[in-house]
Amino acid sequence: MNQALLFSVFIIASCGLAYELIAGALSSYLLGDSITQFSTVIGTYLFAMGIGSWLSRYVERHLVARFVQVELMVGVLGGFSAAALFFIFVWFTTPFQVALYLAVFGIGVLVGLEIPLIMRILKRDLSFKDLVSQVLTFDYLGALAVSILFPLLLVPHLGLVRSGLLFGLLNVLVALWALWMFREQLRNTFWLKTQALVSLGVLAIGFAAAGQFTSLAEAHLYADEIVYNETSPYQHIVITRWKDDLRLFLNNNLQFSSRDEYRYHEALVHPGLSTLPAARRVLVLGGGDGLAVREILKYPQLESVTLVDLDPAMTQLFASAAPLRKLNEDALHSPKVKVINADALKWLEDNDELFDFVVVDFPDPSNFAIGKLYSAAFYRLLEKHMTAGALAVIQSTSPLYARQSFWCVVSTLESVGFVTTPYHALVPSFGEWGFVLAGRRAYQPPAGYAVATRFLTPETTPALFQFPKDMARVDAEVNRLNNQVLVRYFESEWWQVIR
Amino acid sequence: MRRSSQHPLPPGELLGSALETGHRLRQSNLPPASETRQVPVLIVGAGIGGLSAGWKLAKAGFKDFLMVELEAGPGGNSRSGHNEVSAYPLAAHYLPLPTLEATAVRELLAELGVLHGDARATHPIYDERYLCAMPQERLYRNGWWQEGVLPQNGVSAAEREQYRRFYVLMDDFKRRRDGKNRAFALPMELSSQAPDLLALDRLSMRDWLLAQGLDSPQLHWYVDYACRDDYGTGSAEVSAWAGIHYFACRDGEAQDAASDTVLTTPGGNGWLVDGLAQGIRSRAGDRLLTGALAFRVAEENDGQMHVDLWLPAEQRTLRLIVGQLIWAAPLFLVPHVFVGNDSLKAAARSYSHAPWLVANLTLSRFPEERAGSAMAWDNVLYDSPGLGYVVATHQQMRMRPGATVFTYYRALTGMTPQQGRAALQDTPREVWAEQILAELERPHPDIRQVTTRLDIFRNAHAMARPLPGLIWGNARRLFAADGARLRFAHADVSGFSLFEEAQYRGVLAAERTLRRMGMNFVTSLS
Repeated sequence: MNQALLFSVFIIASCGLAYELIAGALSSYLLGDSITQFSTVIGTYLFAMGIGSWLSRYVERHLVARFVQVELMVGVLGGFSAAALFFIFVWFTTPFQVALYLAVFGIGVLVGLEIPLIMRILKRDLSFKDLVSQVLTFDYLGALAVSILFPLLLVPHLGLVRSGLLFGLLNVLVALWALWMFREQLRNTFWLKTQALVSLGVLAIGFAAAGQFTSLAEAHLYADEIVYNETSPYQHIVITRWKDDLRLFLNNNLQFSSRDEYRYHEALVHPGLSTLPAARRVLVLGGGDGLAVREILKYPQLESVTLVDLDPAMTQLFASAAPLRKLNEDALHSPKVKVINADALKWLEDNDELFDFVVVDFPDPSNFAIGKLYSAAFYRLLEKHMTAGALAVIQSTSPLYARQSFWCVVSTLESVGFVTTPYHALVPSFGEWGFVLAGRRAYQPPAGYAVATRFLTPETTPALFQFPKDMARVDAEVNRLNNQVLVRYFESEWWQVIR
Repeated sequence: MRRSSQHPLPPGELLGSALETGHRLRQSNLPPASETRQVPVLIVGAGIGGLSAGWKLAKAGFKDFLMVELEAGPGGNSRSGHNEVSAYPLAAHYLPLPTLEATAVRELLAELGVLHGDARATHPIYDERYLCAMPQERLYRNGWWQEGVLPQNGVSAAEREQYRRFYVLMDDFKRRRDGKNRAFALPMELSSQAPDLLALDRLSMRDWLLAQGLDSPQLHWYVDYACRDDYGTGSAEVSAWAGIHYFACRDGEAQDAASDTVLTTPGGNGWLVDGLAQGIRSRAGDRLLTGALAFRVAEENDGQMHVDLWLPAEQRTLRLIVGQLIWAAPLFLVPHVFVGNDSLKAAARSYSHAPWLVANLTLSRFPEERAGSAMAWDNVLYDSPGLGYVVATHQQMRMRPGATVFTYYRALTGMTPQQGRAALQDTPREVWAEQILAELERPHPDIRQVTTRLDIFRNAHAMARPLPGLIWGNARRLFAADGARLRFAHADVSGFSLFEEAQYRGVLAAERTLRRMGMNFVTSLS
């Protein structure tokens, strides 16, 4: 029986360390700054264990029954700690740290009670010397085992939530085992057994259902109802709806809100295209949602619009789902529109078609792969596809939040010989947004718009081209494939904004 | 081995330099010539040295020369291959920004349209497509990819101080000038010959580091890596002069790139081979005879050189009566080919050549990654027998790279060159493939699933090993000297295998030949 109890010390110690590691890892993962998170979690936990040990003096009778109850409480509280904390983080951001330290403290107190109680149970059969030596040996061995298993097996294969529940189950099994071992000493174990079986059931259900947990939590990361959710080989596409507001998220980044996307797409297309009455052929790179194409199709003189987007899942979605077709006015089904799913870089290399107007609507330059699409080499390639009087417009991130990034795009376009005209517009769901027109000759803003608009007017157009002091030009290096300086600017500037 | 049974080894071929034909040099039973031809200038070997000699002759308007090459195509150590996915290197894969004194390299790059504007400018503009895209290199160490190859994570302050001192020493060497010569020039022939510098050629790189009080294990790993990478020989064996040359000679700069940027393409240095060959063809027509083994070179009583070629495809021997001979093949062949001339043969025997292995892994997609910095062009593994791999499609302008080719390099160090050559000859492809996949599996756990093909390219005598005494010894100087009818034009003449050296030797031999023939030309070398 002593061996069995010592083995349960091993299990208990593993569980105790596991909860501590889970809390530290979860808070580092969600809040960042792992040094602070681990340090404060471990400190709180050890302190709470001290309190638990001290409290153990007040447990005077029914040691085994108390031990069983402590195990059940640790199992349920610790087992669900990761899941609960994750839910709290997703639902209400503010009290997360309060909940974290309360949970750590609570588990710590209970774990602190365990070892003193076990030592007192074993005291009846062992000398003090052997007791301390054996119990502490298994205590530390358990800690070693879990500290190795946690990063190598548990987190990679089970994840934090299910690892927590697994250790909760182990605590409850120790309790059940103790009930069985001491069945002769214990009287009236009905309630204890009931509590144990309920705990076991709850944890088992939690473990089985944990698979659905992630999608449930993700649903709440997005404020609104998810109406479409797909992971294509290229990206994670999510569309949400709240009343009449449709929102597109790619890899969790907002791409548009149907409430104000017209501001973005009018500003992207019309300042350039309305100055080109002779334009016949238009190229759109990126923009698989068809919203820029919708604006472009307002010009009846155009003969063709070629849309090159990497992801067939995007263009198919926006060509088939009714609310989205309504939003882009069925632009992708227009007989003038040719949709090509290809890597824009490869397509530009492999083709020699010329265009009078080019819309470059790529995601922000947040990694090296996308950074290539903002490089001098890319713009040189683009220039080869432009007719003599052609204009290109480039979405160029925010001149307010990422000022140097924006002006880096301008410098890069200028380095390959383009005459540039930077401008900006306010899109409430994004903030102040920037665009750059590039051509071979100086550009004159339009005196008026021949097409219907909701945002642009001839009177307010000159203001688009004026940059207030906080967005005025700053020096920026040319973004080249061999320096990828734009990605570095962008990373540091957005980091300032979001931290 | 359980894993490999789950994923059978990918198919591929065991390739190598024309081993069988080459080894016929060891026998002396090749038949006598069935035909004799007169050739005013013959170039033996169409690697970078031979091509550069032909390029310079053609540029000077001299067309009456012939280049003969044992392999099926030109290029030597700059050869490349290609499959449906990409071109890929078979050996050398980059060219650093040329130094100011590398005038012939700059002239070639300007001719190829890669260097824009004034070819002699301190900061020329280079074509962005040839400048290695970011990120250029990274190192896998302790389960983590870091930027750059010098180990950084968890390195103590004391070791970092040694890094700093090492770079101060290298910068001093880089800046030092004796008269108009840099301490370590590229081409090396233009280096200062101050006695304290030449003394560096008498000890190993490792011993030199230790003599400077530099004993940091990480620094030693890094320097050893650099020596294995450039010279196929570890720092305990490489001459300190050569080791320092690697760090102190490259001072090329650019207007549009950092000074440590390199020029590269999917096919490694294959574009330079194509450029040189095209430069010859457009000026002098087709001057190249491939699949031809020069097996006997003799200076006859008539004062002319007689060169016998074995043509395996035709199973016959062709004798060329040659006015001027440029030997642009590796020097280890000299003792097997030259008749008489014992001093040359003895000098050639004092060379030692490093065996190499290059593997090209065709991948259906990029493999899974470990944490840390993003996929770079050159990816180095710490504590590994290999030198890492370069990504052939890195220079491609693609958002989402699909299939690719990894070119894995390994100099067979840690054994004698003879043992290395024996290993190259005897080891089946499957054994190499298993070793390489096991090595790459550490940073890329699913490498076996994505590798669709694995070709091994063996080079038994890949490059001269710059051991102490070679660079500034008499044997090498003998080959560097001008002759009445015979000149040597190969990187071996410089003592190490760099593009700049091979090209310099080729152009120099061509200019000496032109001068001897009384032809007018504009020199490329000053």
